[in-house]
Order: sequence, then C-alpha cells, then structure tokens
Amino acid sequence: MADLHFLQEETNKNFGDWIQRSEIANDELTLEVDRHFLRNLCFMLRDKPKYAFQTLIDVCGVDYLQYGCSEWQTESTTRTGFGRGMKGDFSEVASQWTKPRFAVVYHLLSLENNHRIRLRAFVDDEQPALDSVVDIWPAANWFEREAFDLFGILFKGHPDLRRILTDYGFIGHPFRKDFPLIGNIEVRYDAKLKRVVYEPVSIEPRILEPKVIRHDNRYTGEKSGD
Amino acid sequence: MTDKLPEIRNYVFNFGPQHPAAHGVLRLILEVDGETVVKADPHVGLLHRATEKLAESKPYIHTIGYMDRLDYVSMMCNEHGYVLAMEKLLGIAAPVRARYIRVMFDEITRILNHLLWLGAHALDIGAMTLLLYAFREREDLLDCYEAVSGSRMHATYYRPGGVYRDLPDKMPQYKPSPWHNQKEVARWNANREGSLLDFIWDFTERFPKHVDEYETLLTDNRIWKQRTVGIGVLTPERAMALGCTGPILRGSGVAWDLRKKQPYEVYDQLDFDIPVGKTGDCYDRYLVRMEELRQSNHLIRQCVEWLRKNPGPVMIEDNKIAPPKRTDMKVSMEAMIHHFKLMTEGLCLPQGEAYAAIEHPKGEFGVYLVSDGANKPYRMKIRAAGFPHLAALDELIRGHMIADVVAVLSSLDIVFGEIDR
Repeated sequence: MADLHFLQEETNKNFGDWIQRSEIANDELTLEVDRHFLRNLCFMLRDKPKYAFQTLIDVCGVDYLQYGCSEWQTESTTRTGFGRGMKGDFSEVASQWTKPRFAVVYHLLSLENNHRIRLRAFVDDEQPALDSVVDIWPAANWFEREAFDLFGILFKGHPDLRRILTDYGFIGHPFRKDFPLIGNIEVRYDAKLKRVVYEPVSIEPRILEPKVIRHDNRYTGEKSGD
Repeated sequence: MTDKLPEIRNYVFNFGPQHPAAHGVLRLILEVDGETVVKADPHVGLLHRATEKLAESKPYIHTIGYMDRLDYVSMMCNEHGYVLAMEKLLGIAAPVRARYIRVMFDEITRILNHLLWLGAHALDIGAMTLLLYAFREREDLLDCYEAVSGSRMHATYYRPGGVYRDLPDKMPQYKPSPWHNQKEVARWNANREGSLLDFIWDFTERFPKHVDEYETLLTDNRIWKQRTVGIGVLTPERAMALGCTGPILRGSGVAWDLRKKQPYEVYDQLDFDIPVGKTGDCYDRYLVRMEELRQSNHLIRQCVEWLRKNPGPVMIEDNKIAPPKRTDMKVSMEAMIHHFKLMTEGLCLPQGEAYAAIEHPKGEFGVYLVSDGANKPYRMKIRAAGFPHLAALDELIRGHMIADVVAVLSSLDIVFGEIDR
C-alpha cells in the first residue's frame, strides 16, 4: 500500500482550492470536496499517473439528519428506564451536525499504485443535486441510480436516472432518516378483490433497543490481539 | 396494394423474473433484432430487504446474522467484511488463531461458492451432471459449517475480536435409523471419527481429484467451448472502468487480488497463486475459478496444519467487546455486568468512519461504516461485488445471441441476495 501521507500532501498541494478538508483516520484518506469541483478532481485523480484511480469502487449517499442523536440519555445516572417496544419519538439529544444534511461518498481504488481514497461531497439541503461522474467511471451508473433511489439525490448529467432497488411506483426515498423503518405502504393479496392491494401500514414504529451514545473513549488505547 | 416495405421493429421481451437461468429474481428486458440482442436492461430490486436500513436500527452484533443472508452462497465471507470494518473502527485485531480460522473458513466458503457457481453455470449451458457432482462436495463443506456454528448455511460465526467458539474436537456422526442400517452408517462415518480438522483434511485429500473430474467433463469439451469461448469478452481496461473485481477482473488478465495486494488476516503468511485469464471471455472466467478451487484447497491445507499445531484463544480478552465466559459470570460481579451491558445495549463504536474490503469469492466485498459513537451503526453501506458486474451485463451481451445471454449471465456469478440487499 502506498503512503497515505504522501497522497494527502500531493492532493493538498495540487488541488487545495477544491478540497475543503483532508483527513487520515483508520488508515484511510478522506477528502471533502467542494461539489462544484468534484468532476475536475475526479478527472485528475483518474488520469494523472501518480494517482491513477481507474476504478470506482463505490458511491453511496449519507443522510446526516440524526447524526449524534440518541434515544436514551445515560451519561449520568438515569431515573427513567427504557422498556422494550417503545413507541413514538425518543430523540433525547438534538443533533450537533452543522454541515449540510446530505453527502455523497465515493470510494476509489487504484490498481496500478495500490492505494485507495475516499471523497465526500456535501450537497444542498433543499435541492440535493450533484454532477454525475458516469462519463468518468461507467461503474457509477448504477451506484448513482441507487443513491438517487434511496436518498433522492439528483445526479446532473446521468444518462438514465431511474429508481433501481425499490418497487415500481414507489413513493419517497427510504434511506432518508425521516423515512420510517416500517415504511408507509403495505402490500397484501385481497381474496375478495382477487388482486394485490396497497394500503397504509397497519403497524406502528417501535424502538426495541434504544440507541445510546457513549463518549467515554472506552476503547482508545486498547489494542489487543496476537 | 401498396409497394411499401413492411416496417420491421425490434422485439422487446421479458427474461425472468421467474426463469431458471435468471439466478433468483432478475427481470431482464431484452430488445432483440431477430436472434441478436440489441439492448439488455436488468431490473433488480425484487429481493430488496433494506438490510442497510435494518442495520441502522439495531445494535452492531445483531447485524452479523443479516450478513449471511446477503450473498447466501458465501455466507461467512460476508460476515468477515462486516466484522473487519467493526474491528477497524474499534482499533482491535483478532487473536492469531481466530485469524487462521477465519481464513480457513473463507476458503471453504470460496469452494462452496465456486462449486455452486460451477453447477449452476454448467446447468445453464446444458451440462446437467455437474450440478449433482458439485452438490456432493458441497455437502461435506456444509457439514463443516454445521460442526463449527450449528447451522449449515447462515452461520453467524464471526465476531468482532475473533470467532464465536473454537473448532470442535469431535465431528458429529450419523446415527443408524430404521432406514439406514449400521453398516451403511459406518461407511458414512469413516472420515468423521476424528476432529473437525481431520474431517477437513480428509476433504482436501479428495478434493483435487474431484476438480480433475469436473475438468474432464468440461475443459476440453467441444460443446462447452463452443458455448463459452469468445463469448462476453471483457477487456482489462473496460473491466477496471466498469468496477469489476474478483474472478471477472482476473479473467480479463489483471492480476489483482486483495489477498495478495492488500493482505488482511494471515494471507501474507500463506502460499498461493493468483490465476489470470487471457482474453476475458466466459471460458477464461471458468478456468480462473477452476484454478481458484485448487488454490483454496491448498490454502485450507496450510491452515489446517497450522491450527493443529497452535492452540490458543479465538476471541480477544477484552470484555468490553467480547462477552465473558459463562463460568466467570457465576463468580464475578464484573463479568455479570459486562455480560448484561453487552447483551442489552451492545458495544458502542467510536465516532468515525471505516471501509473494510475483503476478497470475496465474487470480487471485492466492502462494508463502509459511519459511526456517531452509538451502539448502532449510523450508516452502513454494503459494497456488493456482484452489483457492478450485473451493471456491466448490458455491455457484455450486446450483439450476442439470446442463448449467450444465459452463458454470460451465469459466468458473472450473480446472486441477488447481495445485489438487491
């Protein structure tokens, strides 16, 4: 594996204006890219021999709406328990997220230089849209369709932006954090009508295990194994 | 009477979703000009279960079981990708024995996957016998799964920090029944007298001969070659651009294998070769996978030899991650509390993100985890190996005959559990 710090220096030096933040964590280099320059950067990363990212491994959307929200506050002693199967909204802590809500994350791989890089581009909250990279890497075609289907992020210049994983005629973007886990519509076969009918869901959303956030750094410095 | 020629339009029809060669639920909309395919539009998602969204709603450990159900013919490899991503975020590594066990079961899984692929591929092209042979060998390997995890398919065996338990010292045996007498059962049990490792060793002794048998049936078979040579050719440049990995990329002549190039677990200490194709057609992809069967067998033997000599822990000691032993819980309050917290709340991963990839039998299988410090993943993205492969199908079969669609499709090794997720 090539040296990530070298890659970080090189990208910062050459494309500093396009990159908002660059970080190495868990042996992975992440660049946060200004979305207006995403295509320029992608062209450079693919075509310059010292980067040579010929392969696009993955494109995925991320919705940061509830980042850092927990369903049960247990930092100090709590007076309330959390029964199984709780109903309703239990967000006890508001999100501290200050950046835009949606991001698109690209994972690139260079077979020639044997290194990886991750790009993250934040998109506009109201009109989540981004330039497509299909003409740079054809592999992006289905990945972008998936991100559009699940998050509703539009990719400008995509040749065929249709839904891919959800049902024909599906409404909404199911992986957004404000889309309920149980969905909105249920499908069943009606024996009387002798056809499949679509109805609003008859169950209510429940939380089985509460989401709990702990910042006590229990795991830092505990490297075991061998 | 008009002397105008009748207008000829291309014919559009459905292939699947219920078609034996559609490998599950693929709806392929084919546009044909006579017998020649002009355009193929795969409609996927009929098996979409929103695994990633489900994972966001439950503690990390619960999702290991969902991983088996992604690519349901290479179960443990899926678990491996997920567990590695968690370990990367936690900054831990499994004990070395657990790593050997993982590698051994990854390679067993690779054989399982390639055998099913081989059987189905041959069946699609018209060679019925091979499916039966392939399932005969699969049976033994599924018994290994059962012996180690209690389940023949959906094992849920890997854990962050190791594996669920050590390999059993005794291989389960068949018992006589009104339908199978003692003599018959004794014959079946002949290689089950020792431990699981002895059973696996016995399998690896037999297996190369079986691969020879398959090759006798297919490799020089004239019909087989007519159906596969020069069909669905993928150049190395296109393979890279289309995001192909694994045997598809290697079939096109690119020597890329994560086990060699970005070694994880103990692959850097084992000896194996990477087979590479030449032309990138269906026949080359077949040859690559056949050689991978032999290489996996070789790898399993090395792991068995090492595991026999080196006993040790298979799970890290840290009780913040691994549940304490039952016996400790009876006497130690600390262990009791750890157990309670782990079983009710689960473990919290530090804030951050990680992408871990493994060389899955089908290609690069990756898991991208975003954590906000909670006991549930904030976002999990599964990079399924088959997804870009199926996306490349349209390009691969343009200009081929309808019968070749089946050959190309099955040579890509498509499983809808992981494509639709």
